[in-house]
Amino acid sequence: MDKMTQLLKLLENTKSIEINEFRMDFDELELYLMPAIQQAVQKSVETRKAISQEALVMEEFKVPIQDYPGQVAEVQLGKGTRKPVYLGGQQALYRFEEAQPNPPVVTFDVFDIPMPGLPRPIREHFEDVMESPGEWAKKAVKEYGANMVTMHLIGTGPKVMDKSPREGAQAVEEVLQAVDVPLVIGASGDPVKDPLVLEAAAEAAEGERCLLASANLDLDYRKVAKAAMDYDHAVLSWSIIDVNMQKTLNRYLMKEGLTQTDIVMDPTTCALGYGIEFSVDIMTRTRLAALKGDTDLQMPMSSGTTNAWGSREAWMKKDEWGPTDYRGPIWEIFTGLTMMLNGVDIFMMLHPTSVKLLREIGETFVNDYMTTPLPEIDNWITQLEG
Amino acid sequence: MSVSAMDIYRLLPKTNCAKCGEASCMAFATKLSEKEMDLELCTQLTPDEFDTLEDLLAPAVREVIIGKGDKTVTIGGDEVLYRYELSYYNPTAVVIDVSDDLPDNEFEERVKTIENAEFERTGEILTLDAIAVRNKSGDAAKFAAAAEKVKDAKYPLVLCSFDPAAMKSALEIVGDQNPLIYGATENNIEEMAELALQYECPLTLFVPGDLEKMKQLSHTLRAKGLKDIVLDPGTFTGEGIGDTLDNFVMIRRLAVEERDDDFRFPILGIPALLRLNSDEDDVTKGIKEATIAATLMNKYADMIILNGSEIWELIPVLTLRQGLYTDPRKPQAVDPGLYEFGEVDENSPVLLTTNFSLTYYTVEGDLKSGKANCYVLVLETEGRAVDVSVAGGQFNGKAVADLIKDTGIEDKVKTRKLIIPGLGASVSGEIEDDTGWEVAVGPRDSSAVPDYLTKME
Repeated sequence: MDKMTQLLKLLENTKSIEINEFRMDFDELELYLMPAIQQAVQKSVETRKAISQEALVMEEFKVPIQDYPGQVAEVQLGKGTRKPVYLGGQQALYRFEEAQPNPPVVTFDVFDIPMPGLPRPIREHFEDVMESPGEWAKKAVKEYGANMVTMHLIGTGPKVMDKSPREGAQAVEEVLQAVDVPLVIGASGDPVKDPLVLEAAAEAAEGERCLLASANLDLDYRKVAKAAMDYDHAVLSWSIIDVNMQKTLNRYLMKEGLTQTDIVMDPTTCALGYGIEFSVDIMTRTRLAALKGDTDLQMPMSSGTTNAWGSREAWMKKDEWGPTDYRGPIWEIFTGLTMMLNGVDIFMMLHPTSVKLLREIGETFVNDYMTTPLPEIDNWITQLEG
Repeated sequence: MSVSAMDIYRLLPKTNCAKCGEASCMAFATKLSEKEMDLELCTQLTPDEFDTLEDLLAPAVREVIIGKGDKTVTIGGDEVLYRYELSYYNPTAVVIDVSDDLPDNEFEERVKTIENAEFERTGEILTLDAIAVRNKSGDAAKFAAAAEKVKDAKYPLVLCSFDPAAMKSALEIVGDQNPLIYGATENNIEEMAELALQYECPLTLFVPGDLEKMKQLSHTLRAKGLKDIVLDPGTFTGEGIGDTLDNFVMIRRLAVEERDDDFRFPILGIPALLRLNSDEDDVTKGIKEATIAATLMNKYADMIILNGSEIWELIPVLTLRQGLYTDPRKPQAVDPGLYEFGEVDENSPVLLTTNFSLTYYTVEGDLKSGKANCYVLVLETEGRAVDVSVAGGQFNGKAVADLIKDTGIEDKVKTRKLIIPGLGASVSGEIEDDTGWEVAVGPRDSSAVPDYLTKME
């Protein structure tokens, strides 16, 4: 047999060919297909047609489970005098593929200043405690079941009250005394001062395993990483809707000595109606990359869900849109829920109703497929009122 | 994933006749694979070849059309599991139910509410898509009477009854409008399939919580020659929502990745079922129903039926749909030009930003909430953000000079001072040279703009 015939013989029962480490250099390339190959293509088309006209044969039902070479790191928050909370740890995208280790976690926002700018539907829940971060945190935990509390040191902002890092650290101490849940510690968003504020707060909370928010490429992330390592905390790695920026920052942080289990990512949550689809794409790609084995992206993800309250639809009084009492919480739930369904593990939130509903759905994620008693819906057409 | 241009090319005539409008068969194949042209444009295919290619080009999820003429909605048509891979097609149809035992006036009012519900955002009017008439009475005559009442409604219809006799009586009235029949179950599948074939209407298959059985019954329907099928695997709420999600995801995975023909159909979710046997207040029910809608829309629902019709419940649902179904391949942009905020006069400051929707709407939000009075020049950057367009070269002096000229801003203000975004600082000199205006570099984040303007005064 000549070479071509041999090759065709070999290919007879082959559906596809994979060529490894193949390289070709040429100036001009012409390909001639031998008639035999043309016939083979023709034949495969005919076979396909024959199949489609055959009587319908049913294959067996098989649960569509995928193999994932990678897994998400599990990050512990809270140690020492804190009740620990665990984030991430997933080995698959969905619970029908592999049991999910940890339910989504909600952390309530608490501020070191009274925050007159918070929307009314939130203020009315916390008005009585806004003067004291400790009392505020206590209420979030005791009355609204917060898994965690985020202490925002907004007052340290040079344009806000320009409180010193020391004063910020005192507010953190007050909250640590008041509640036993783990803390996220946020600064004011000032790239120069934030690392100093976080450093002082990290020292005050030594050994309690807080999440320092945040390290990003606009500030001295080395200082934040060092504070986390010196005083045993984790770091929130914040990028802006850009998988590559997230990878770069994570790599830089790991170069400083942090490991996957010391980092939580915030790829940025765009609110419902304000680019939420960009966040959907980024979260999806990030989580899929983690499960496919990209070690730079295998950390749990966080969502600044409170961004939702910046949307006009959430707070603006407008009669034809209905009461803000309902619109605001829904806007926050939709934003958080959408992030949760695309892989986010921890949610920074503000409104008790939103938190409650997000958790109700999130907690079902750790149950196994078809192990919950299901409501009877067979006769919904006649049974549904209204 | 969608089929490759090469796979398509092999089945085309390869004559490069150009009658389709493309120069070559290969070019036509590329357009077909990107869903930018229709196969009908090729005039040289035999009917058999056409069928083969049509099969090959069929999306992973069949497109099902409900309604007729100018009253139609199309659902399904998806190719991918994640929108970033391509785009999602045919936005989730949002449907509200009307029960057939409502008194005439209430029935009429509810239909009107559905028809009039609309909400405008980012220049698009968002509306509902269909009306589901529900045979709550269980009575065939009442169901037929209800069908009669919605005969001339603005939207296509979904007919909900498990009773084949009632379904028949309604189809006798509106069967020529191609309504979606809901639905076939394991108990009535023969009769419902027969009605769907007789009236040539799409049919929903309702098999709650059992995908294996759903596959068998879908297969049964296909074997009878039914092509337009919609799948309802059951919307379990409360603690059951996890199972609902799993079933939705599995169906879509089987369609897209396994090409399991029994599951290659649109999925119907019914957030209204949250209200079944619920003793919560109406507001809580409304919020929860919307929450279920958001959950199912995120994971592949092609159509949802709601019971709540309050606008505060519908606004977030329609907004989420708009976001999820924008095409990620197309830049999201607003019209470039001149925009006014607050009270403006000849001394008002002039700001510059880009036409990337998210950038523009963020700036707009900040200026409005800060009650700023100013002009904003919006530069055509092909939908790129400030930093990206500076790097990409769309944000340049010449372009800004053209924008100043085209908008006539020089006739509206006496000043010649332009405030540019902080992220555009590197091209400030170039803009000064090309426009002859004085350039001030403003804040990096537009939230600081209102303060910045106040200080300037």
